[in-house]
Amino acid sequence: MNSENPIWALISTFGLMSLFAVGGAAAAVPEMHRIAVDVHHWMTDKQFADAFAISQLSPGPNVLIVTLIGYAVAGIPGALAATLAMCLPTALLAYYVSRLLNRPSQSRWPAMIQAALVPLSIGLMAASALILAQSTTHTVIAALLMAGVAVLASVSRVNPLWLLLAGGVLGFAGVV
Amino acid sequence: MPAKTVPPGLFALFMAFARMSLAGFGGVLVFARRAIVDDHRWMTADEFNETFALCHFLPGPNIVNLSMVFGSRLRGLAGGVAAFAGLLVPPTLIMTALAVLYAHFGELEVLRRTLAGVSCAAVGLLIAVVFRMMMPLLKRADAIALVLMAAVFVAIGVLRLPLQAVLLVAIPASIAVTVALRRKVAA
Repeated sequence: MNSENPIWALISTFGLMSLFAVGGAAAAVPEMHRIAVDVHHWMTDKQFADAFAISQLSPGPNVLIVTLIGYAVAGIPGALAATLAMCLPTALLAYYVSRLLNRPSQSRWPAMIQAALVPLSIGLMAASALILAQSTTHTVIAALLMAGVAVLASVSRVNPLWLLLAGGVLGFAGVV
Repeated sequence: MPAKTVPPGLFALFMAFARMSLAGFGGVLVFARRAIVDDHRWMTADEFNETFALCHFLPGPNIVNLSMVFGSRLRGLAGGVAAFAGLLVPPTLIMTALAVLYAHFGELEVLRRTLAGVSCAAVGLLIAVVFRMMMPLLKRADAIALVLMAAVFVAIGVLRLPLQAVLLVAIPASIAVTVALRRKVAA
């Protein structure tokens, strides 16, 4: 570690990872685990699992699991460096691509390509939900809790925060 | 373009994204969709789906990309930066504080049980978002889109095929079908 500045290691790791992270933060989690735990030994397996749960529980985009990884490596500067490296390059890329696609002089192609991506995007989200469901529900009660939240949030406009808090209370009480 | 009304100012964009970000426990997408489509009516459901799909297939965190693309569509690059900053600055500060706390109290068993319960509810919310995003397709009875969606779901979620390989097949296929259909309608 002494030979290499850990901040630069974080920036190059997450900057590079973000450029290959098609499908969003949920799709990148297995790759983050491989790099942080297996390759660099920045965290233990348990610390990574906890970081994942905390990033789910906390407000903000779930990609902010990188903030926790960055902190574990290099404290507060590490947390900030990892977050920016993961978020800024691809956001700028998205800005330029979106501008390219929405240039008024262009044909109907951009609209058609965007419309064609919609069903694939929804299919990917559904697949993430399935994969996460398989890794978080180990009991019947946990599955029931998940299904109940899914139905409630689909048919009503109840604030999702209450549903998350209810899940936390059930977990706290040892029910789930 | 999405907004038929007066587009929001930079500060309003920052605040709107800060609010949806801080409300966004277990993921911001639920709250972003609700704020942009239902509350502010800055986009229709279909416009939101198309913008999100674009951000979904570009690399990087979707919702972060979405903030930049959405903000810039309303207010140029400055708008994009305002939405991006609103989305990221407040939760990053909170997450850093949590990292400090975890470094001190991470061993507590009761904390882990609570986190497990929250995770279950969070997945339930994700399922609900998928359902709501499907509604425009279901209402239109868009059979081809629904088949494509189901194929991607099975390939990634059930068969666990590599993402890149699936997209390499699915993206050209979906574009070809969409183009062929629109030609037919136009002819």
